[in-house]
Amino acid sequence: MNPLAVLLRRELALAWGRGGGPLPALAFYAGVTTLLPLAIGPEPEKLAVIAPGIAWLCLALASLLSLERVFERDHEDGALDLLALGGPPLEAICAIKALAQWLSTGLPLAFAAPVAALMLGAPVGLAPVVFLCALIGGLAFAFVGGLGAALALGSRRGGLLIAVIVLPLFAPPVIFGGGALSQAAMGAGQVSGLLLLCGWALAAVALSPLAMAAACRNALD
Amino acid sequence: MISTLQIEDLAIRRGERLLFEHLDFTVSAGEAVALTGRNGAGKTSLLRAIAGLLRPAAGTVRFDGAPDADEARSRDLHLIGHLDGLKGGRTAREELAFAAGWCGADAAGLARAAEALDLGRLLNLEVRKLSAGQRRRVALARLVAAPRTLWLLDEPLSPLDSVWRARVGALIAEHLEGGGMLLAAVHDPLPVPGRTVEIGG
Repeated sequence: MNPLAVLLRRELALAWGRGGGPLPALAFYAGVTTLLPLAIGPEPEKLAVIAPGIAWLCLALASLLSLERVFERDHEDGALDLLALGGPPLEAICAIKALAQWLSTGLPLAFAAPVAALMLGAPVGLAPVVFLCALIGGLAFAFVGGLGAALALGSRRGGLLIAVIVLPLFAPPVIFGGGALSQAAMGAGQVSGLLLLCGWALAAVALSPLAMAAACRNALD
Repeated sequence: MISTLQIEDLAIRRGERLLFEHLDFTVSAGEAVALTGRNGAGKTSLLRAIAGLLRPAAGTVRFDGAPDADEARSRDLHLIGHLDGLKGGRTAREELAFAAGWCGADAAGLARAAEALDLGRLLNLEVRKLSAGQRRRVALARLVAAPRTLWLLDEPLSPLDSVWRARVGALIAEHLEGGGMLLAAVHDPLPVPGRTVEIGG
């Protein structure tokens, strides 16, 4: 079996085994999207306007939650040494880890996003756009987030540091996705916002493994 | 397959502290070298530098005369240290299958390793439920499962009892007979004949 496939299987098994897979992120997501109407007020007209945006922003925040486990555990217990000496380059290893993060957290969140938007009163027609944004945006969040996780390796308050590193990098995809959602809400074709989001996701997938690998090398040294 | 490992004028610095400098030695096929030295002398750092995980402050590590042979390095050596990379919450079978599979072992290699280190019953247990010695046997099993020339072992025998020290000693002897190389950081003498290199003054 291809070693990278072996690694992907292990990453998914580890995400499920110890961290409960997507459950903490999903619970957080459900919690925040439920609390927001309590804070803003229950008027359906008001909520319906902001529902897609809220569903989208909360998704970005929820995808921060499990980033720490992407590299930190393997670094602490020496598994990163083993991974670095297996054969495949660190860049590929990092890409697989970020991909596993997307599969185990981003994908389930993408299915939850339209549900949350509809619950908050968004028109049904917007659900597919919300799903697409969450799906593509989640990929960008996983790869950019993985970069934050690699950069925070070895620091004591890793989880907090990851959020501080990653949140500014989440700004472009949040803007592009928000743009796509408001275009769709106004009835215009939502293509340009989605395309920008795709572009950002592709750039993240292509570039962040290089930076993640450099950060891991630094942490191993 | 690597046939010589040359350490030339190597110096390693950790933070502000210079651990050692001007270290020179060569290991050739079939040879075992024991690295000795006080705690903190830099034995583990030297092993990690040879594996290419740690950048030395000066000097070169050559495999078959070529410096910085990243490919040869990662394909043809095992590094097993105190941090063995095993996940406590997974079974020994899952962790061995991953570690060995990652290094290119097949099912036959896994079976050979389980037999050589007598892992039979242990494989179904979670790693955190193993004793230190049993856990070390699971870690060492990847040496057998995925054959590679250069073994870099950090105190491989310390948690093992006398029976297992002898059995792992026999595995090492077999490896050396097949043209393998061993570099081990130790406090007690190795159970196989070999040279000793002292690290740090």
